[in-house]
Amino acid sequence: MEATPLLAAERIDKRFERRLDFAGRLAARLGAALGNETVHALDGVSLAVMRGEVLGVVGESGCGKSTLGRILAGIMPASGGRILWQGADRDRLTGTERRSVKLAVQMVFQDPASSLNPRMRVADIIGEAPLVHGQVTRAELGDYIDTILRDVGLDPAMKQRYPHQFSGGQRQRIGIARALAVRPQCIIADEAVAALDVSIRAQIINLFDELRQKRDLTYLFISHDLGIVRFIADRVVVMYLGRVVESAPTSALFAAPNHPYTIALLAGAPRLEDRKRAFAAIEGEIPSPLNPPRGCHFHPRCPHVMARCREEAPRLSEIAPGRLSACHLNQA
Amino acid sequence: MTPTLDIAGLSTHFFTRDGIAKAVDGVSFSIAPGEVLGLVGESGSGKSVTGFSIMGLVDQPGRIVAGAIRFKGEDMVGADAQRLRSLRGNRIAMVFQDPMMTLNPVLRIGEQMTEAIAAHSKATKSETEARARDALGAVGIASPEERLAAYPHHLSGGMRQRVAIAIALINAPDLLIADEPTTALDVTIQGQILSVVQRLVARSHTALLWITHDLSVVAGLADRIAVMYAGRIVEQAAVDDLLTRPRHPYTAGLLASLPERAAHGGRLASIPGMAPSLLHRPQGCAFRSRCGLARPECGNAMIADRQEGDRRFACLHPLADPARQVM
Repeated sequence: MEATPLLAAERIDKRFERRLDFAGRLAARLGAALGNETVHALDGVSLAVMRGEVLGVVGESGCGKSTLGRILAGIMPASGGRILWQGADRDRLTGTERRSVKLAVQMVFQDPASSLNPRMRVADIIGEAPLVHGQVTRAELGDYIDTILRDVGLDPAMKQRYPHQFSGGQRQRIGIARALAVRPQCIIADEAVAALDVSIRAQIINLFDELRQKRDLTYLFISHDLGIVRFIADRVVVMYLGRVVESAPTSALFAAPNHPYTIALLAGAPRLEDRKRAFAAIEGEIPSPLNPPRGCHFHPRCPHVMARCREEAPRLSEIAPGRLSACHLNQA
Repeated sequence: MTPTLDIAGLSTHFFTRDGIAKAVDGVSFSIAPGEVLGLVGESGSGKSVTGFSIMGLVDQPGRIVAGAIRFKGEDMVGADAQRLRSLRGNRIAMVFQDPMMTLNPVLRIGEQMTEAIAAHSKATKSETEARARDALGAVGIASPEERLAAYPHHLSGGMRQRVAIAIALINAPDLLIADEPTTALDVTIQGQILSVVQRLVARSHTALLWITHDLSVVAGLADRIAVMYAGRIVEQAAVDDLLTRPRHPYTAGLLASLPERAAHGGRLASIPGMAPSLLHRPQGCAFRSRCGLARPECGNAMIADRQEGDRRFACLHPLADPARQVM
C-alpha cells in the first residue's frame, strides 16, 4: 500500500475562454463563422506530491505548468477534476479545516518585483497574512518577522524598507519569506530562480534546500531549466501542451528518457561539456494551445510518428516501477 | 591577417544625474574572420553596452569616452554618421534578444527584408524579392512566399527571431553581433536558432560576437570566451581553457555556481554578495569584496591584464594553473 500523497491533482482540466469582442459578435450576427475561442490549458493532468519530496515540473511555454501550479496552490479554480490534500477533496472541506489547508500550500513567483506590493514595507508584506489568520498575536509579530527574515538570510534591521530598496536576489528572499510566514507545508515555486543571475541563483537554490530541511517542507518546483531541475528535484514530471507526457525519478529520467519529447528536450539543451557542437533541433513550432493537434500533441514534431499517433492520444501508463510515459511506442 | 573586429581600451560611460556610470571601462578584444567569440556576463556587466558601442548605437546620456573600435582596420569611433549607416545592416549586423527591436510591427515581412537589401545595393525589384525569399528559406522558414506577405504579429516568437536573423544576414555581413538572441526562447526553439546561425556564419565566414549570460550556450558554439564583470573583461581564453581551467576567481565562481556540475542534492558553491553598482565601482579589482582570494593590494590600483599564451586575465592572485604546477 502506497502512502497517501500530501498533495495530488486528479484529472485536472482547465479551459480559458476568450469571448468575442463587440466587432466579433457583430460579425458573427452577420453570418461570419466566429465563436468563442477556448484554450485547453490543462487536459486531464494527474500528479502526486509525496511529503518531503521535491517534485520538478518541466516544460516549454504554453505547456500549462504555471496554470497547474496556480490550481494546486488554490489561487485559480480548475474547470474539472479534483485536488486532494492528504487524500481529501480540497473543495469539500469546510470551516477551519478549509482555511488551514489553504494556508498549507503557498506560492513563490518568478518576478518578485511584480509580486510584492511596492507600497508596503517588508514587515507588512511578511506579517499581514499570519496576523489576519490569527497565527501570531500583534505582540509576537515583531519577533516572528525577525525570525523569518533571518531564516531567509536577510537582516531584520531592513524590515521597515520598501521592496524597491532591495536587489533582485533579496527581493526573491522577501517573496520566500512571505510564503513561509503562514507556516506552509508545501511550497510551489513557479520559475522562482529564472530571473536571477547565475551567481545569485545559486544562493537562492541553496536557500530553498536549507529551508526544506529546517522547516520540513515539500516542494513543487516548476521550471523550464533542466539543469536546475536535475539538481534539486527528486522526481520530474514533463509536460507538453497541457498534458503530462512522462514522469520518473530524476536520475532515471536523465539517464534514459522514454518519451520522444523528453528525449528531444534533453538532447536540445546546451551543456557546459559541449565543444564546437553541431546544433540540431526538433523541427516545427510548439503548436498553439488554441488549436492543438489531434491524437498525441507531439506527433507533428515527433521523429517516430505512426498513423495511430495522429488519431488516438496515448495514455499515461507505467513503463517501469515509478515511471510513467504517454507514448504509443511503448505498446508496440 | 587583419582581424574583423579589434577593440582596444573601449570605455563607454553614462553621464546620469546620479553620477557617471562606467558601464564599459577599458575593454579590449578582437575577433578574426570566421571566429566565434562568446561574451559572457551577468546583468549590468556591460556586455550589451559593448555590443551597442560597436554598432554606434549608444544614446544620450551615454558616450564612448575612450578607446578604439577598428572594423577591418577602419576606425569606427571617429567615423561619421553616413559611413556608419553604410556599414550597419550591410557589413556589420546585430540581432537582439527581442526580435521586435528589429522588426517594424506595421510593415509586412517582405517589405522589411527588401528594404534592407535595397538600402545597400542597386538590385531590381524581382532580384531583391528572390533574395528575400531565399534568405527566409535559409533560416528554415517553411513556405517563405506566404511569410513575406505576413506581418510580424502573425509569427511565433521563434519564427520572428529567425526573420530577424535572416534580415541581419541578408547582406552577408563580415561581423554579426548577437545579443542574447535565444534567451527568451524555449529549449527546442533555441536549438533551431543556434543551428541556423552556426550554419550560416560558417558558410559566409562571418565573425560572430555572441553576447549571453549562459555559459552552456557558448560552450558548444564559441571558439573563445571573454568573461565580463562590472564593465571590464576579467578573463578571456579559448573555450576549453576557460571552462576547464579558469584562472580568474570570478570565472571559477561562476562555473561553480552552475547546477550542471554539482552533485544532486548537494550544495551549490555560490558567490557571496552581489555585483557593485556601476556608479560607485571600487578602486582596484571590482570583484575583491566577493573574492575568497583577495588581499589588501587588490584594492590599490587598476589591475593590469596578464597575458599567458592565448589567455588574458586581470587578477593579482589567480587560481593555480594545473598545467604549470607539474613542472
